[in-house]
Amino acid sequence: MSLPPSTAPSTHSARPESLRDLFWSFTWLALQGFGGVLAVVQRELVEKKQWLTHEEFVEDWAVAQILPGPNVVNLSLMIGDRYFGLRGALVALAGMLALPMLIVLALAAVFAGISDMPGVQGALRGMGAVAAGLITATGLKLVAALKKNVMGTPVCWALAAITFIAIALLRVPLAWLLLGVGGLACAWAYRQLGRARALETEE
Amino acid sequence: MSLTLTAADWLALLTHFMSLSLLAIGGAITTAPDMHRYLVDERHWLSDGQFTSSIALAQAAPGPNVLFVALLGWNVGMNAGGGMGAGIAAWAYALLGASITMVGIMLPSTTLTFAAARWGHQNRELRLVRAFKQGMAPIVIALLIATGWILAASHGSPVQHWPLWFVTAVSALLVWRTRLHLLWLLGAGGVLGWLGWV
Repeated sequence: MSLPPSTAPSTHSARPESLRDLFWSFTWLALQGFGGVLAVVQRELVEKKQWLTHEEFVEDWAVAQILPGPNVVNLSLMIGDRYFGLRGALVALAGMLALPMLIVLALAAVFAGISDMPGVQGALRGMGAVAAGLITATGLKLVAALKKNVMGTPVCWALAAITFIAIALLRVPLAWLLLGVGGLACAWAYRQLGRARALETEE
Repeated sequence: MSLTLTAADWLALLTHFMSLSLLAIGGAITTAPDMHRYLVDERHWLSDGQFTSSIALAQAAPGPNVLFVALLGWNVGMNAGGGMGAGIAAWAYALLGASITMVGIMLPSTTLTFAAARWGHQNRELRLVRAFKQGMAPIVIALLIATGWILAASHGSPVQHWPLWFVTAVSALLVWRTRLHLLWLLGAGGVLGWLGWV
């Protein structure tokens, strides 16, 4: 069963030659990504291979980001789908996960054998502290994306503050937060978008 | 750390990760706080140290960060199988655990992504689609920062363990403001820890 691709691949870009090409391209890309794969995805797929234009990449990334699941995995799925339908989506997914998963499990197995050494414990503690910083920084970088948000800066900051307090300090289960605060935020954004549209038509 | 997991427990593990999968907007890492609450605080299937080192190891290794989920499952399985010393049985349990958590976290979200990405691409100007994007943006961003906070807090209080918090703050600042390669930072953190300075 093969479903039709969601959009026709753009004629001006290059494209993956085959499913094999797709698999190894994503494997190679994943293996270069330490700590975060996004920067590598952009450099490899847009600048080097030119499977996507910059505009297409930004558009796809926005969708990959709002859907649940790992962003880069979602993105690879969407690109695979675009060129080879369902088969392409599955192959891209496998490329992104198969070999990196074997490597990370092998590392864990090796690590377990030496995990009692105080030096190793210390190194992991130090790396854990850095990892906490990396994730925090990713969030901080994205704050810039809120400038053009239709809900306005004060509402955005209030929502962000409520989320942080609920999750980081009060340890509220995530589902409650997403359904409650998330639902309210989407409803508010929906209303604001309607108002913005009404203003546009008045002018 | 050693424990016994029944078939019902494995099923609970699978369904819990499947339910988190659809909530993982902004990446699986945004559900890490809930995984911590479930695996460490509620079920006691993992120690605090195992949880944190799984994330650190996945960050240090190449590949998408979602692989920390495979490591969480691996460690739950390893604990259920009696630890590394128990030999081949423990490895089998570890592989089972890794498969269960990965299938759980990936299957619902990728299925939804496959369908929704097509639909969303064709309807990207719809008010409903735009409201969802705009409304979720500040929440997703705050979740990332909250995750960083929880990981840092698992090391202990800022007063008692200030060097670790200092390392977290400095690395956040460097990643935020410079283009320094992340590997250098993780390496530096590892060396500082190895030397016993943090």
